[in-house]
Amino acid sequence: MSDTFSLVLCSGTDDKLESAAIMAAGAAALGNRVNVLLQFWALDAFRVGAIDTDHGLLAEAGPAGAAAVREHTPLGRLPWAETLRQAKELGEVEIQACTNSLDLLGLDATQLDPLVDGACGIATFLINAEGGPIVFV
Amino acid sequence: MTLSAPSLELEQLTAAKVIDARGSACPGPLLEAKKGMGTVAIGEIIEIWSSDPATRTDIGAWAGKVGHEFLGCVETGGYDRVFVRRGK
Repeated sequence: MSDTFSLVLCSGTDDKLESAAIMAAGAAALGNRVNVLLQFWALDAFRVGAIDTDHGLLAEAGPAGAAAVREHTPLGRLPWAETLRQAKELGEVEIQACTNSLDLLGLDATQLDPLVDGACGIATFLINAEGGPIVFV
Repeated sequence: MTLSAPSLELEQLTAAKVIDARGSACPGPLLEAKKGMGTVAIGEIIEIWSSDPATRTDIGAWAGKVGHEFLGCVETGGYDRVFVRRGK
């Protein structure tokens, strides 16, 4: 089996992005190559100036869920972007913007945080997945 | 949780590096361990302090996969001291 672990990030809320960052960092620590594609609202969350802001939670969190998460999040806990930065320092993690989503959002790659390595089409992403698992978040 | 060595033996080990990852959530302590392992020589030991209960099993699994030796874990008032010897 391929040792490449691929993630397609579509949602742009902090809970989904944190979930993805944890998986990416864990896989990188285990020595897997990590291959990430950013689409739609996940891509939007990686904009310069937006990446470290509050992106909210999924609607299913509701006010009570959001309050619970706020209450139980200790000070100093790493935000997902920082978890991804650490993962990139420690392992082989490549993050690409989907060119289709860039067009739809009216963005170009220069408007994205340096965590993003570049932009690519779907075929390049799938080839980089090397037949390994692809997780959609 | 089975400790791979008696706590007393573990406590007598001298770690080349001690990493305080207390307060860090999963996978923070694992990332700190991986980072710290790169700073010691093969055969040397790192000791990771973590208040995340998943760390001992996660670091054990990581060590087994990437070729380090998980020596065990000592529970110390509110946090774990996890010992790993660099294997390669």
